Order: sequence, then structure tokens, then C-alpha cells
Amino acid sequence: MSRIVQSGQYQLNVDDLKIAGSGDRMTLSIGPHHPSTHGVLRVILEIEGERIIKATPEVGFLHTGIEKNAEHLTWTQAITVLDRMDYLAPLSNNLGYVLAVEKLLGIEPPPRGRTIRILLTELQRIASHAIWLGTTALDIGSQSVLMYAFHIRELILDLFEEASGARMNPSYFRVGGLAEDVPEGFEEKVRAFLDEMPKRLKEIRTILDKNPIWLDRLKGVGVIDADRALALGVTGPNLRASGVPYDVRKAYPYAGYDEYEFDVPVGENGDSYDRYLVRVLEMMESHRICRQALERLEPGPVNVDDRKIVLPPKEELRHSMEALIHHFKLVSYGFDVPAGEVYQALESPRGEIGFYVVSNGKNKPWRVRVRGPAFYHVFALPAMMEGALLADMVAVIASADPVFGEVDR
Amino acid sequence: MLKAIAQGMGTTLRILFRKKETIAYPYEKKPRSERFRGRHELRRYSNGLEMCIGCELCQVACPAAAITVMPAENDPERPNSPGERYAWKYEVDMLRCIFCGLCEEACPTQALHLTQENELADFTRDSFIYARDRLVNQHTSDFTVPVNVYPEYNGWVPMHDGADGRETGRGPQALREADKA
Repeated sequence: MSRIVQSGQYQLNVDDLKIAGSGDRMTLSIGPHHPSTHGVLRVILEIEGERIIKATPEVGFLHTGIEKNAEHLTWTQAITVLDRMDYLAPLSNNLGYVLAVEKLLGIEPPPRGRTIRILLTELQRIASHAIWLGTTALDIGSQSVLMYAFHIRELILDLFEEASGARMNPSYFRVGGLAEDVPEGFEEKVRAFLDEMPKRLKEIRTILDKNPIWLDRLKGVGVIDADRALALGVTGPNLRASGVPYDVRKAYPYAGYDEYEFDVPVGENGDSYDRYLVRVLEMMESHRICRQALERLEPGPVNVDDRKIVLPPKEELRHSMEALIHHFKLVSYGFDVPAGEVYQALESPRGEIGFYVVSNGKNKPWRVRVRGPAFYHVFALPAMMEGALLADMVAVIASADPVFGEVDR
Repeated sequence: MLKAIAQGMGTTLRILFRKKETIAYPYEKKPRSERFRGRHELRRYSNGLEMCIGCELCQVACPAAAITVMPAENDPERPNSPGERYAWKYEVDMLRCIFCGLCEEACPTQALHLTQENELADFTRDSFIYARDRLVNQHTSDFTVPVNVYPEYNGWVPMHDGADGRETGRGPQALREADKA
């Protein structure tokens, strides 16, 4: 309730306004619109001088109800909303969801479809790590690296545009395969990119690896040890930087990753610099997987041969009544998925993204619950920030790589 | 330490003299891919008839509920499309559209097509409701009316054929013939 204090009655005891606590402790609210928070994260910091005593992240500013939205769309339509969660790695979201539905249906796409899925998902990993590299370098103060890293990503987005027609949200994977086969000449373009990318990455590493500013800002900053990280549910590069060699692609192979040869880079100190190294090395491992996938790519069908799940080719609609009936039925009603529940985990660029899909036997998902890795990373931030300097907050948030579309869903 | 900085500076200096990757955007545009999912268009057959038969599958397939189709019966004297129905009203709400391409996939006649056009900014909200006048392509395409599927419609011209989508009574075919004469 507002009141007016008359000038003669004005009395204020300044001591009453002082913040309780020892020394000059104060509460500082960072965000939700702060350039270093990579989206809309609010961090409530309790600081004493320059030291962070306690950090409390607050999330939910980008909540879009994606999980709930998916419940009133058909199994195919849900793909389009689910790839808008982790908007830096939409194909990982696509893959996780379609694998979960395929698990319920008990189908598996033919080899070419599987190989293209792995090829594109690994390209997506490179793109996502590239954008992480660029934005982190920008937060630390290196503006050139942002442009160089974005160029790597740009080349990949061009490939996605070539294959699916969209750069950011391809919605390219379908239950039972792909939306359509990759266009002619796609393999040569991927090859050209794979030849180019290591050179570009090496340039970035020449700038950063031994740069004293980079080392000072990242080494020993945001340390989280393996036990703490495991207890907080940290996965992906952040966990591997702490020395735990947990990679879903190796631990619980999916989509045919067990047929590929790749190593898992593991750090030892669990600080921001190790997180940087793990990600950069992972980009080269993805590069290796892409090369192997290209070698395996052989002509053939990309979709399962089941007209109850996959749309018939357009040419067939012109002369086959059965194909037309299937087409109308599939587009308007979709397909029924046997009742049951599955959990499908996969290694997204950020960590273990899990899709817990429940079907009640109808044409729409009963529940799609997503375990977004970045959500757990955001709540590991207090552990990483404890005792750090205020300026290090920026480096810690950046090195944890949260994407808020996925955190808030 | 100085050596590391010098190396980094050397790299940026080398890249400085390389061909630039950025483009002067509004003046210079990047070609979009064949499959690019931009603005919608409704195509016509090579004889000028609309390919859309008003089946409403795109409306059903749209996860964002951006498309509205209201079909009407074709006038057998002057049909719009080869078939019983045509899209009497066809609206795409570009503010809702998420450009996922499911509508294009759903179209059984390949009438709906997502073009490479991607600069859709405008000043009023109303202007984002794209109706027939902006969606129906006034040019014919290479598609021909499938044989043995639709009855013959020789010599009939579409009703909606003016540049603004309003009736003129003169179809593209008639217009082309007029151009020739």
C-alpha cells in the first residue's frame, strides 16, 4: 500500500536498510537478459567483494510447453515441435524421438537411412560445438574466433539446407527413416566440408590453445570433480572433462554407433579449460565418424518398407489407388503405435538427452518426457561457481554450454 | 607467452587477407537450395488448371494449424482444377507457419510447393494472412494432368485467374492465346 510521507515527518534509519551478513555481502541478480547468459537464465549471486559465495540459477523464462504440445499432435507432427527444443542440435532431438517411437513399433530403417542419420547427427555435433566455441571465445573476449567458428557452422547449415530444406530446424528424420533421401551430389559436398573443417579448427586452436588470456580465464575455473558431477546428473562433455569416460554412444550404443570406430576424449581436471579441450577433440572424433559414414553410404532405400508407417512416393499416388488410400490415412490419422513405454537415451552435443515416450496405442503420444542434459548442467552451475570470482561466472556459464530452449522446454 | 600471442595474431592476420566469407546481404544474396522451405505457392498444371483439388490434407497435416482450406465444387463448364473440387478459399497464416514442410509432404497432387522466397517481413499483421491471390502461381508448371485419373476437360479455363486472384473469366490459357494473337 502506498503512502505519502510528509516532509516534516520524514525519518529514515539507514542502518535498517543494510544487508544482513558478514562484511559487505550483497545479492546480485544477473539476467535474465544478460549477454553472457546464453539465452534467458537468471542467476542470483551472493557475493562478498568479488567472490561468489552462493549462486542460485533460476530457469523457466523460455518455457514453451513443447512436451505438452507434442501430446496433441500425431507421432509424425510431434517431430516438428520436438526439434525446436535444443535449437543448436535439432537433429539429435529428432533422432532421439524417432528412435524411441521406432523402439515401440519394433522397426529399424535400412542401412542407408541409418548411415545418413548418423552422418547428419555427427555433423550437427560439429556445428553445435562450433557455436559453443565461438560464443565462449566471445564471452572471454576473442571476437575473431566467433566469426571463424560460425563459418564452420555455416558450412554445415548449408549442408542441412541442401538435404532437408531448412537450416536451423530441419525436422528431417521420420519414424521409419528420413523425410526423403539426400539429393544428388550431397556426398561430394560433405566430403568437401570434411576436407576443409580440420584446417579451420586448427586455425582456431592456434589462436586459443596457448593464448595466455584464454588459459588464465579458463584454467582452474569452474572446477567440478567427478563425484559431484555424477551426483548432480551432469553428462556429456562436462562430465567427461571431469574424468568420467561416460558416452552414451559407447555405453548404450544406439542407431548403429557400435559399428563405428571412434574414441572418447576425457579430461582430468574438470575445469573450463578441460571442457574446452574435450569439445574440440570431440569435433575431430565426429569428423572421423562422418568419414566412416561416407564410406558406408551405399545406394538403397532410406525408409522401412511399410506403407502403414512411411508415406508412399509421390509418383505412385498418380496411378495407384492403394498408395493414395495409404497416403490419406497416414497424413490425416497417422499410425497407431502399440501401447507401452520406452526410454531412449542418446548423446546429444550437450550430453545424455533422454526421450521417455509413452503410448496408449493411439495415433498420438500419451506422454513425451524429455530429459534435457542442459537442465542438469544449469543446476550444476552453483557447484562450479562456488568460490569463483564474479568475472569467472561468465566463463563458467559459457563452458557449461546450456541451451535454454532445452532447459525450459 | 609472447610466442603464443604472436602465433594467434599471425593466424588472424593470415585470415584477414583471405577471401571474405561474409556477404553484403541486402545487395548480395545467397542462393537457396532446391529443397528450401520458404513461402508457399499453389502450382498450376501445364494447361493452366490449378493442381490443388481442395482435399484439405495440408490443413490436417499442419502441426501449427496455419492453413485453412475451404473447397468448393468445380463448375463443370469452367473448372478451376481437374477434379470435382478446388480450393475455393486457401489461406496460410504466415505468423503461425513454422516452415516444417509437412504440408508439402502431405499434398497428394504436388500442388503445394514451398518456394525459395524467404524475405517475408511486412508491416501489418493482416498482411501475413496469405490468401489465394498471393499463393496461386499465375504461371504454369511442367506438370501435366495425369491421364486416366481425371475426366477430360479440354477447352475449359479456370475461374480464378486474374492477377489479383479475382475472376476475370479469362484463364491463363486464354490469356496466352490472346498474347499470341
